[in-house]
Amino acid sequence: MNQLLRMARADMAESLRARWFFVYTVVFGGIMVGLFASGLTESRIMGFTGLSRLLVTYIQITLAILPIFMLITTVRSVVGDREAGIYEYMLSLPVSLNAWYWGKLLGRFIIVYLPVMVAMLLAVAWGAFKGVAIPWGQVLLYTALLAALICCFLGIGMLISTLARSTDVAQGAAFLIWLFLLLFLDLILLGVLIQEGLPAEMVVTIALANPLQAFRTAAMLLLDPQLVLLGPSAYLILDLFGRTGYLVWAVFYPSTLGLLGAATGYWIFRRGDLS
Amino acid sequence: MSARLHLYSTNSKDWESELIQFSAVKKSFRRTDVLRGIDLQLATGDRVALVGSNGAGKTTLVRALLGQYTHQGKILVDGLLPRERRREVLRRIGFVPQLPPPLKMTVEQLVQFAADLCGVRPEELYAPAEALGLRIGDLRNRVFVRLSGGEKQKLLIGIALGRAPEILIMDEPAANLDPEARQVFFQLLAERLERVTMIISSHRLDEVAALVNRVVELDHGRIVLDDHVDDQVDLAGLLECRVRIARDHAAFGKAIRKWGFAPDGDEGSWRGRIAGPDRLRFLGVLSRYAGLLQGLEMRESNHVE
Repeated sequence: MNQLLRMARADMAESLRARWFFVYTVVFGGIMVGLFASGLTESRIMGFTGLSRLLVTYIQITLAILPIFMLITTVRSVVGDREAGIYEYMLSLPVSLNAWYWGKLLGRFIIVYLPVMVAMLLAVAWGAFKGVAIPWGQVLLYTALLAALICCFLGIGMLISTLARSTDVAQGAAFLIWLFLLLFLDLILLGVLIQEGLPAEMVVTIALANPLQAFRTAAMLLLDPQLVLLGPSAYLILDLFGRTGYLVWAVFYPSTLGLLGAATGYWIFRRGDLS
Repeated sequence: MSARLHLYSTNSKDWESELIQFSAVKKSFRRTDVLRGIDLQLATGDRVALVGSNGAGKTTLVRALLGQYTHQGKILVDGLLPRERRREVLRRIGFVPQLPPPLKMTVEQLVQFAADLCGVRPEELYAPAEALGLRIGDLRNRVFVRLSGGEKQKLLIGIALGRAPEILIMDEPAANLDPEARQVFFQLLAERLERVTMIISSHRLDEVAALVNRVVELDHGRIVLDDHVDDQVDLAGLLECRVRIARDHAAFGKAIRKWGFAPDGDEGSWRGRIAGPDRLRFLGVLSRYAGLLQGLEMRESNHVE
């Protein structure tokens, strides 16, 4: 096994016993159970009709929770590890910085991705058990979107972690970034900007640049691409890009943003003090 | 080892082969100078006590040597820069930190991870830890952070010594060990004296004096003392001790029992054995009860079996 995979395995072993992972798993497992229990899978007239409604609700809730959860836990654990002296010891072992950093990122990606995927697969299994048609296209898209979202915020989290020297600063920065992206979601600021007569191109650019917006639009695209549901800028973007074009953007843009953030973080990490 | 450096030592060793070289090493944190131009050469077999008060720069110097800090000046380990050739350099270094890291992985996972990186079998890392009295069988699946201070220290020492390092860097390594484990620890070090360069960092010289043959004292980022010390002390040696005090004293009894001493027939008389390198530390304990002390006998004994 090469050093990268060893490092990923070690980070997973650490994370599996961390409190944040326990809370994280309970939250996402609980959301899915809650959705089943609250009857969101049911149609009032026809009873259990399919999984589309449940999945889109799940993905919307995920959109609200996952980014801030990812940012806070990533910066907390990475900067916290440094403060607690874990870096001092672990980096005294003959591990390459490349393997250390990217292995940590890979391990964290797997550990964060698994619970949300397992929760979604539980829904699919439940649908299959109930004998309804499984919306495989939607499931595959959400699988890719979740991976892109995690990659994006993990990369941003790692970048913040390498820049911040204390947990408090890192957490504050993570929270501000999340708030900033949330403000530029379609239904909040972008709607106002359009109302105020800002050029459509600028609003579309802002919306396209916001990974949360990309994720939200793409998640709802398969369900019901109407103006009232998508919001004004997303509707415009969809009109410009087309469905396939936008889905490709929604998967690749956040992933690329995350990888760029992580790569910048790595560059800073290896140039500065490690512990 | 390849590519040895031949440099003139500041300690009057003519053109010896230096293993570690610090040249004009400076380090600042936010305009605070922590290291202010360190020049130091260490040869194979040097056992250096790196002493100094808090903020003297000991930890910074050690971290710079481990390639963890950027710095001005140059640090070479067998001719290699630790920052640039970290895997090659760190493969030769065994490190025991003062504070064990709060790792959440199990003992087995940690040892396997370290063994994989160092290219040794896990059993090789377990062996010294077991010699120190760690019951690996019971602890294999325990989470590292939940071990006691002594257990953590024994495991970290095991990981450092089991790799057969050429350089040992230890920060207060015996602080959490009981006297029995300390004896074994000194024995393990004694077995490695010839082929290992040691840097032992400590706040207090008396804690490590018997382990070293050279003392480097740092103060405000500068070397203020670099001297050789008498290393007649046999690391593997033992001292038979008999202590007599004026009257029974509960606190004294508790303190001396921790060293494995037992009452010796006569009232106020205690007998036991201590590790040779522990003599100063032991005398330090006795000094707290100097007013009670009536007699003290220390006689060299056989080596640890």
